[in-house]
Amino acid sequence: MNDKLIYFLEITGLNWFVPLAKIAGGEPVGFQFQQLVKMIGLPLVAMLAFLFFWHLAAAKVDTSLGQLPGPVQVWEQAKVLNEEHQAERQRETDFYQRQEQRNADKLAKNPEAEIKVRDFNGRPTFIDQIWTSLFTVFVGFLLASLIAIPIGIVSGLSQNLYNAINPLIQIFKPVSPLAWLPIVTMVVSAVYVSADPMFSKSFITSAITVMLCSLWPTLINTAVGVSSIDRDLLNVGKVLRLGYFTTVWKIVIPSSIPMIFTGLRISLGIGWMVLIAAEMLAQNPGLGKFVWDEFQNGSSNSLSRIMVAVLAIGLIGFALDRIMLTLQKFFSYDKTANIR
Amino acid sequence: MESYLNIDHVSIDFPTANGPFRALDNVNIQISKGEFVSIIGHSGCGKSTVMNIVGGLYQATEGGVILQGKEVNEPGPDRAIVFQNHALFPWLTCYQNVELAVKSVFGKTRNRQQIRDWTLHNLELVHMTHAKDKLPAEISGGMKQRIGIARALAMEPKVLLMDEPFGALDALTRAHLQDSLMEIQSDLNNTVIMITHDVDEAVLLSDKIVMMTNGPAASIGEILQVDLPRPRQRLDLADNPDYNHYRSEVIKFLHQRHARKAA
Repeated sequence: MNDKLIYFLEITGLNWFVPLAKIAGGEPVGFQFQQLVKMIGLPLVAMLAFLFFWHLAAAKVDTSLGQLPGPVQVWEQAKVLNEEHQAERQRETDFYQRQEQRNADKLAKNPEAEIKVRDFNGRPTFIDQIWTSLFTVFVGFLLASLIAIPIGIVSGLSQNLYNAINPLIQIFKPVSPLAWLPIVTMVVSAVYVSADPMFSKSFITSAITVMLCSLWPTLINTAVGVSSIDRDLLNVGKVLRLGYFTTVWKIVIPSSIPMIFTGLRISLGIGWMVLIAAEMLAQNPGLGKFVWDEFQNGSSNSLSRIMVAVLAIGLIGFALDRIMLTLQKFFSYDKTANIR
Repeated sequence: MESYLNIDHVSIDFPTANGPFRALDNVNIQISKGEFVSIIGHSGCGKSTVMNIVGGLYQATEGGVILQGKEVNEPGPDRAIVFQNHALFPWLTCYQNVELAVKSVFGKTRNRQQIRDWTLHNLELVHMTHAKDKLPAEISGGMKQRIGIARALAMEPKVLLMDEPFGALDALTRAHLQDSLMEIQSDLNNTVIMITHDVDEAVLLSDKIVMMTNGPAASIGEILQVDLPRPRQRLDLADNPDYNHYRSEVIKFLHQRHARKAA
């Protein structure tokens, strides 16, 4: 049981808790305690130092929106944002309750009555916006992966194809999302015409922009991973007369999984960064829009609220990377490889 | 008489910036069914190239390879290859590595139980049943090569090609595997072409030793018939005058007549 727990912690990258689990499992406390100090103590000290200097420095900067917020104000706003979310949820529940009650009453009076069901039209809260952002980045990232992995595999297997498309990759790779956005916006407006759209245009624009920017690392890493497969392994496939798709499925993909995941991790990281910028400009109701709205709003709390968003963006980006790392470790055949 | 495997006047050119480079010139070997042939020569003389042509991985520029009266020019399981660095799939267990080969070759003609039995039978043949559920990274180099041999044998090849199969192993492990190979060979009586640079290995295992001259344009220098009775025992042969004669023949060829100009 304890071994499984330790394996789980290691594979999820939660190495910090391994010493605790080992102590719980009855291993000598002294050494594990040292490990604990190294793994948790040192980062904790650094974190506290950062908060301290942030606190000192923030007090010295005055902006037109008041003093730059320190850790305390930011924490206050984080709590406020959470309370606003709870309040909004409460209003939503109340709204639906009232609506249901009203409709029930109507039907009781007259069973023939036409009843209306309306959606709650509240303001998206900070937490809602986080979910929107996550969904958008997920869709963009998924589209990018679906395009990049197959192209990467095919071009990794054929040197000629790789030579052919490499210049295109190199040209489009460094393009900023802000440059893509106007084009994507116009194209989406022109192409995505529907009376009852399933997704809003701003969402599609953001997702496609994320896709365009997070395509490249996956593509390049997949191609490099595939092209560096051990020749002998491919020769085994030839001797066995495996078809193209069987070769790809049985030999190429398993052996290039580590590189593919390295690419996916970088892609997701880039996608998350790009998303915030895209949402700001496309006005997709996500974290980017939250930051922009607070900036336009310009209340005395705005900077603190933006800072909460900054920290949330950082923490979520970190969490996404950890998730990808876990998946990478899980799918790689070489469990001992030191991936970080 | 038509031979079982005929490497018929094979030459190969590789394209380079300075025009074609002739690696092999007019290599001509006849092999009978059940014969164990070693190809020996200094490194870089093109002995692996010969094997790759027989295996179908390279195309001969001139001449060709004829197996049982039919020309072969693409890879196939009838010419299974044992690679020097075993070339096992690291994400599959030993069993799965052999099973993949069995499934690819016999997937359409045998049922699941037969495939399983045949896979296990070949693992047993190389004495690796105990490690069947281990990953290649978890077993030693000699064991990996045993699995590599099992995988090749499982394809029921007409010709078994071995590219310096024991070259990456230490001397004791190598001796073990040579003994195992002789034991398997006495059972199955396969036709084998083995590339080697080890004189003792060649004399101990072979019916025929093909000695190659140095490249470029390497060709066959001499062919030596080894008429030692089987089964051969490493210890008995150590003092056997015939054995030592064959051995010195090969050594003289390699180090007197065709010594490498610069090591």
